[in-house]
Amino acid sequence: MSQQKPHSVQTTGHVWDDDLQEYSNPLPAWWLMGFYATVVMSIIYWMIYPAWPVGKHFTTGFNTVKYVNDKGAEKSWHWNTRAQLMKDMNDAEQMQKPYFDKVTAASFEQISKDPELTSFINSAGKAIFSDNCAPCHQAGGQGKVGFFPNLTDDDWLYGGTHEKIQETIAKGRNGYMPAFKEVLNNDQLDNLANYVASLSGEKADAAKVKAGDALFHGDAAACYYCHDNSGKGRQVIGSANLTDKIWLWADVPSQDSDEKKVEVIRQVIANGLNRGVMPAWETRLKPEQIKLLSAYVYGLGGGAK
Amino acid sequence: MFNFKHEWIEKNVGLMLIATMIAISIGGLVEIAPLFFIKETVEKVDGVRPYTPLESRGRDIYVREGCYLCHSQMIRPFRDEALRYGHYSLAAESKYDHPFQWGSKRTGPDLARVGKKYSNEWHVQHLNDPKSMVPPSVMPRYPWLLTTALDYSDVAERLKALRQVGVPYSLTQGEYDRNVKDFGADVAKMLHIPDAQKNLIAQAQAGNFDGDRSNVSEMDAVVAYLQVLGTMVDFSKYDNDEFVKFR
Repeated sequence: MSQQKPHSVQTTGHVWDDDLQEYSNPLPAWWLMGFYATVVMSIIYWMIYPAWPVGKHFTTGFNTVKYVNDKGAEKSWHWNTRAQLMKDMNDAEQMQKPYFDKVTAASFEQISKDPELTSFINSAGKAIFSDNCAPCHQAGGQGKVGFFPNLTDDDWLYGGTHEKIQETIAKGRNGYMPAFKEVLNNDQLDNLANYVASLSGEKADAAKVKAGDALFHGDAAACYYCHDNSGKGRQVIGSANLTDKIWLWADVPSQDSDEKKVEVIRQVIANGLNRGVMPAWETRLKPEQIKLLSAYVYGLGGGAK
Repeated sequence: MFNFKHEWIEKNVGLMLIATMIAISIGGLVEIAPLFFIKETVEKVDGVRPYTPLESRGRDIYVREGCYLCHSQMIRPFRDEALRYGHYSLAAESKYDHPFQWGSKRTGPDLARVGKKYSNEWHVQHLNDPKSMVPPSVMPRYPWLLTTALDYSDVAERLKALRQVGVPYSLTQGEYDRNVKDFGADVAKMLHIPDAQKNLIAQAQAGNFDGDRSNVSEMDAVVAYLQVLGTMVDFSKYDNDEFVKFR
């Protein structure tokens, strides 16, 4: 401003404190044109998209979105984000449909033999698994001892066939074991814990193992009723296999002494379990997604024939 | 002829203030006020009910701990959000929220439909120590929720305050009967303010959210609240485009 001659620019005409004045510079023409262009644009926008409230409704604009809903009905609505979402979902579904159709139609055996389907399952399954399963079963499906089962070993509480995995995902599961401190005394709990430790080859007190054996197969504790005479569990009811050195609730592997190993087993027997809750996913995921996920989980390495 | 002069406003700070307020309120009025009159704003849908006393106290703790600073409760109608979080949020689903917890920042995931997605036990462990469940998580730990007994002495007063701003909790027999009609007898019982404490304790006992039945902890309340988020509307009852017509 200092280079300009003071009187070549008009002032707004206000004078404050005797001589304080304000220049009145017109806006540059390019800026004004831009401003008017936005005004014109907004009028065009109002004609295309929902814009102005009118009483209890609003102007909807001329633009429309066409989509097909889950009942197969073709719909056409004025443009709005919800209708646009329906269209976006439709478009993406169309692209995935050939694969999902194959997944739905094929048997699990056919899926595992088809390299194209297998690679689809590995990529789509990973996305679904990460969003829904990984918070509990961890990113690689390795689970968390004490909380959530490992999906990559070949030990399955409820069965590791494709069909059983599918059932578990869709319907969910509820783990339960009574608290035996209600019916057994401390010595009996000790004996049982030693016996259970011995089942998977952990070091245990021989005399206590013998007494525990009798309790396990007798009617006082009746462990055999759920865990089977062999101690290998029954997948129909989800009771654990106690003979395979794989632990979910009692964190045996990370204990550094034999006494502590027996103690963590004793804790589980004494306090029982009312946990191991697997949510039912059939309300969140579509049947074809659950089938795909079953194949993915099976493929993590632990699937059983 | 009325001769307006710029000078009037520039020389009168009171007039300037009023004119400024009028100018900036136009934007808000044009964008917000019509929503109160447009009849499609809040969708017509079954199942949305006010929170039970326990859930409501859990929500208070959610607000107290500032969960909304990192977690939104607003699933927008975009494909990526639909795939990850589920059905987009309806206005009707937060009509009893005062204040709503839509949030504006997602450091963590959206929680609008986290209800029933994970087990109670997962929530307890995760709130206690998030990294133990989700190793890369940056969420802070909230270990005091498990060890702090829930203060429910004023729960009735809190529900009364919500009733004051239009949430249909009942104080009188007439209001109770209205709730039976609107929400069914089971829900109506939970919304009856005179029974609030009794209902809170009963729900915490029955739900056993924190895995310890011997007391009602803050964890009980928070998990009860988290487990109901986004579960009130049964979307399987509706076509998947049912709520398009409300926009």
